[in-house]
Amino acid sequence: MGKRTIIPFGPQHPVLPEPIHLDLVMEDEVVVEAIPSIGFIHRGLEKLVEIKEFTEYVYVAERICGICSFMHGMGYCQSVEHGMNLTIPRRAEYLRTIWAELSRVHSHLLWLGLLADGFGFESLFMHSWRLREKILDIFEATTGGRVIFSVCKIGGVRRDVSNETLQSIIKTLVDMEAEVKELTDVFINDYTVKSRTVGVGVMSLQEAHDLGAVGPMGRASGLVQDMRLLGYAAYDDLDFAPIVETAGDSYARTVVRIREIFQSIDLIKQAVAKIPDGEVSVPVKDVPRAECFERLEQPRGEVIYYTKGIGTKFLERVRVRTPTFANIPPLLHCLKGCDLADVPILILTIDPCISCTER
Amino acid sequence: MGLFSIGNMIIRSLFNKPATLMYPVIPRVYEEKTRGHINVDIEACVLCGICSKKCPTHAILVDRKKKEWSIARMQCIQCNCCVEYCPVNCLSMANTYTSPSTEKITDAYAKAAPEPAAKPVPEAAAPVMDAAVDVEPTV
Repeated sequence: MGKRTIIPFGPQHPVLPEPIHLDLVMEDEVVVEAIPSIGFIHRGLEKLVEIKEFTEYVYVAERICGICSFMHGMGYCQSVEHGMNLTIPRRAEYLRTIWAELSRVHSHLLWLGLLADGFGFESLFMHSWRLREKILDIFEATTGGRVIFSVCKIGGVRRDVSNETLQSIIKTLVDMEAEVKELTDVFINDYTVKSRTVGVGVMSLQEAHDLGAVGPMGRASGLVQDMRLLGYAAYDDLDFAPIVETAGDSYARTVVRIREIFQSIDLIKQAVAKIPDGEVSVPVKDVPRAECFERLEQPRGEVIYYTKGIGTKFLERVRVRTPTFANIPPLLHCLKGCDLADVPILILTIDPCISCTER
Repeated sequence: MGLFSIGNMIIRSLFNKPATLMYPVIPRVYEEKTRGHINVDIEACVLCGICSKKCPTHAILVDRKKKEWSIARMQCIQCNCCVEYCPVNCLSMANTYTSPSTEKITDAYAKAAPEPAAKPVPEAAAPVMDAAVDVEPTV
């Protein structure tokens, strides 16, 4: 047994887009324990609800995270709407679903790029982000923003998308699908990529369940858990099944996310085929008086929104439980016993979003 | 299983045009809906101040005394909220961004000083009161 040393990892590290700090307790090259500390990017966004009107807080909720910004806005709106017993038009629900699934495609492509960058495969990184750019262009054409859309509002959505535009989105996605397939085949089949991911950071189904893994992290270990099955927005009309792998290693997590890209494209096609015509928003005349929980499936996993209205324009409390926060204990479990060289890849495989975690 | 499975992509990108634009030589074409910056038609503005109240970041300031509408460009988040609430549709969202700057710019737009026949609506009350004050001593 070698001498134990502690290596500080982060908050500034080339593999981390956002700041998280880990103290890695090492024995020679092997990690014995990882002690996390967060708190570098806390912005107090939950507290802001006390001084922002409940209709204005959507803009704050969207800024919790730059990648799943739309789904944060959507989660907040759904939670307030359910608390107010507000039924929004069906077309708005479909549009929300389409934007949410596009967000998932762009988030997973971004993650694939970051993973490739994590093990030093720069060309793969560039090609992943080149494809992601097309999704961002769709966002800009339909919402006016590339990252922060500002289209969700209490009572529906702010902008309608014409049926012709929706068809052109489908055309772009179909054209893109072949390219994404070619790109993801590299992640699935390439020898160099597999040597970094297969058998690294294995987590069994029981461990994933006990540690509370969510999203692709849990599904890669065989945990059948997908909040979209709850049937919020338009998901109750769409036909899909959660994507599950059983190996529980980094390779399985990559495969889950890759398969989810194609699933999302399929869901968008279904949604566009079924979208009804009509209004996209209803006027909001009341103020929230109830408390409500809402669970959504973000690209990184399950997010929980809790809102409490007290009959004024200002909500008393908003609480967000983000997927990365839930995935930190599974990460620490995976880090135990891994090589130092695998630490960056393992941190990346939970798809960390520290801005979400700390809000 | 492949050793060089990305080969085809790389060879294609070797002979294709770059995926990026040669900016700024080739200008970026913005979408019609792109939220770039807020424009104001100051002559149509009635200085009601609704945009200022609805702005989530308090970027818009309406000064009725100076008859001035100003916006802090760096504070604005281009959420389109003011455009939606404007009662006379004098605000619009342009699809180009403001030029980059090292300073926090505030753009102020004042209504024209001489008052022709078309008087702005909120000013209607004030002159009447002034007139009443002027009239009083003579009576």
